Amino acid sequence: MPADARVSRRDFLKTGTTLGAGLTIAFYVPPRLLARFGQTTADPADLAPNGWVHIGTDGVVTVTVDKSEMGQGVTTAYLMLIAEELEVDPTTVRVGPTPENPAGWTRRMGTGGSSSVRSSYDILRKAGAAAREMLVAAAAQQWGISPDACRAERGMVIETAGKRKIAYGRLVTRAATLPVPADPTLKDAKDFRVLGTRVRRFDTPVKVNGTAHFGIDVRVPGMLYASIERSPVFGGAAKHVDDTTAKSAPGVRHVTVLEWSPDDTKAARMETSVAVVADRYWQALTARRTLGIDWAERPPTSLDSPAITAKFAGLAQQPGVRARVEGDAAAAIATVAKKVEAVYEVPYLAHAAMEPMNCTASVRSDGCDVWVSTQNQSATQRIAAQVAGLPVDRVRVHTTYLGGGFGRRSETDFVAEAVRLSKEVGAPVQVIWTREDDIRHDFYRPATYNRLVGGLDAGGNPVVWTHHIVGASISLSKHQALENGIDGSLVEGAANLPYAIPNILVEQTAVDLPVPCGYWRSVGSSHNAYVTESFFDELARAGGKDPYELRRVLLRDQPRLLAVLDLAADRAGWGKPLPEGRHRGIAVAEAFGSYVAEVVEITLADDGKCRVHRVVCAVDCGPTVNPDTIEAQMQGGIVYGLSAALYGEITIEGGRARQGNFNDYPVVRMNEMPRIEVYIIPSTQKQGGIGEPGVPPIAPAVANAILSATGSPVRQLPMVQNGRSRIAMK
Amino acid sequence: MSVYVLVVNGHRQSVDASPDTPLLWVVRDNLNLTGTKFGCGVALCGACTVHLDGTPVRSCSTTVAQAAGKRITTIEGLSSDVGHRLQDAWIAEEVPQCGYCQSGQLMSAAALLTTNPKPSDADIDQAMSGNICRCGTYQRIRHAIHRAAGTEVTDAR
Ligand code: FES
Ligand code: FES
Repeated sequence: MPADARVSRRDFLKTGTTLGAGLTIAFYVPPRLLARFGQTTADPADLAPNGWVHIGTDGVVTVTVDKSEMGQGVTTAYLMLIAEELEVDPTTVRVGPTPENPAGWTRRMGTGGSSSVRSSYDILRKAGAAAREMLVAAAAQQWGISPDACRAERGMVIETAGKRKIAYGRLVTRAATLPVPADPTLKDAKDFRVLGTRVRRFDTPVKVNGTAHFGIDVRVPGMLYASIERSPVFGGAAKHVDDTTAKSAPGVRHVTVLEWSPDDTKAARMETSVAVVADRYWQALTARRTLGIDWAERPPTSLDSPAITAKFAGLAQQPGVRARVEGDAAAAIATVAKKVEAVYEVPYLAHAAMEPMNCTASVRSDGCDVWVSTQNQSATQRIAAQVAGLPVDRVRVHTTYLGGGFGRRSETDFVAEAVRLSKEVGAPVQVIWTREDDIRHDFYRPATYNRLVGGLDAGGNPVVWTHHIVGASISLSKHQALENGIDGSLVEGAANLPYAIPNILVEQTAVDLPVPCGYWRSVGSSHNAYVTESFFDELARAGGKDPYELRRVLLRDQPRLLAVLDLAADRAGWGKPLPEGRHRGIAVAEAFGSYVAEVVEITLADDGKCRVHRVVCAVDCGPTVNPDTIEAQMQGGIVYGLSAALYGEITIEGGRARQGNFNDYPVVRMNEMPRIEVYIIPSTQKQGGIGEPGVPPIAPAVANAILSATGSPVRQLPMVQNGRSRIAMK
Repeated sequence: MSVYVLVVNGHRQSVDASPDTPLLWVVRDNLNLTGTKFGCGVALCGACTVHLDGTPVRSCSTTVAQAAGKRITTIEGLSSDVGHRLQDAWIAEEVPQCGYCQSGQLMSAAALLTTNPKPSDADIDQAMSGNICRCGTYQRIRHAIHRAAGTEVTDAR
């Protein structure tokens, strides 16, 4: 990758030369949510660039960025931001190869936290604008006129008053000798031609003809395939391995026991596993099934879901660590006219990305190549180097398309396995997980147990809100220290309760359990929005208020949430009569800097099964880059959240996850797909993310519709367990 | 190991595999046609859908022995008129997100339109509910099938 000199934080743009003849602008987009991906220190003053825009002598524009494409449309958004300012057609811009050596040029490479466009909106535009100004200056110089007498348009510089025009490709050599403007002028939003329009995604054509290349599609000469049997018990070890049949099975080259040192386990899994390496994947998988492994019954085999719930319930009786305090909830609750108490529970969840986890590694004495669909190239590089015993910069990370990420691909357990095996067998190895491996050995969305007490005044207005979240902690599961006793992920979406309630107390108890936990699309908001927005409707009902109207009153200081609430309610026809048997529910959430409201229409069958017919979604994510992508991400987030609300549950039995495939971990399918309408608020406010914020409001919107239909709140997810509805019919 | 003669996308090819090997892995690993995807391995997700003599099957749960001698069509060979109309409609509706499930979705949709050129929403639900999309592209898939079929989108749910 280009090793342009470092850019200072103040002048983050510079010209580079390493991409060949033409004009190159190198730029630096700061990563966000650093701690979440394992970077805890601030960026230094000097930064290696992590993006480039190159204009060749043939006029071809190539953009190189460090983001992973997992369906969220980030690449197209980045092209659009640059094309807008550079005055080129975004559909002609090419995408350069994803950088392969993050350590060589930036501090952290990864994609997550709905952060890509938020962190780059201005910087990418400035990079495009700087190149445009340099091209204009080059043309002006050539013509001997002032740059003010020229303008850029469609890949050319044009003499505004005259007839002369010249294509970018013929200007780049001269432009590359000019100084980079420190503060190029950005276009006024009213002049946008690209931003805010439905530019076609650049990756669609390869995704309809089977040629898109995912991690599982990597083919390396001499490559072997591996299938790995992992201890079903989290953290378990093997007492005895009988591999006689496996070793003599057709195509099998190696059977090897993988144990991990405490150092490795930061990124790898703790449990022992047995890998079968064969010429073909099917051979490896069938031989794996003949392994006779006596797993040591070492703790925590007694761990199960009821015991976890009992532990959480006990802790919920004790005070937690305070995450938010407004007024004096303890004193105020004694004086309220009405008190509402509730316990809400959510289960562990698996990600179940469509592409099962996999990684291909080739370790040689002088270096290592890793091909992987990953959200976290920096951690991939670090763990690969550690496991291979090589310096970090001897590892090259080749990023493919991701068959879904959802946070699961920010982990590197599958990378450690592939590197370890390649090193041991002396050949490139592709590790492919089965779906059962994927669901039973995930880093799960934490289970939580929530005690809530709300108080209403004589007029039915909420005046007290207390919420104690007891839950499995992602930070503790990853051996990361808590900040002031708080796991930020566990209270996200709860501590920032947006309502104007005078007395608020949000407490948290973070629990360390042997069940591995990780980031799951929308993280803390995925469970906290369900709990808080559902309990809000319980309070509204107890006070005899309409849940939409009460939100309007209590969101009076939250203009962006209020606007999405009103828009969704209006488009959904809130308050208007519905066909017999249909019921509405509403919920809002702020997540990742974006504001979302969703209104659902449901019916309930006699057996209590809920069918969602319609979802109206309003979103304010700041200035729109690509409305089509925003719609797609809201649709996708709603379906992902709905699958979890209706069906998603990982139960722990004997220290292991019980579910294993889409039969017992069901997801929403075409026949259950509601009609989804998405409305985008035109906004000039601060940019928010779009990959995750569609998820949080859907579960509570459905729960609230059920409350409205039955009079009973839905205090536990999922709504359907083992094929039976938990909803009590009237 | 046995040798099987397969007719894949119109080409006769012989492959060496044990009889129980799923067609999925033969297509992906022996023939290097990686457009057909592995999602669940047990006929629950549809990512591996191919056509066997024109009928959609889950290649993860069809053995190479069962497929031998039949006409096999994978996404790489989806060249029928219906197939191209669907691919164009997929592009027009911007269906794919991550894209991983989409080969299987297109193969199921192509089989549907071949037997039922003007499907209703209920027909689409019936034919497409075996194909999971974790990115949640179902609404756009429905729209794209209607577009390719020239049928009206009502979105009545
Ligand atoms: S991989 Fe065949 S149906 Fe899922
Ligand atoms: S597009 Fe990602 S699973 Fe369907």
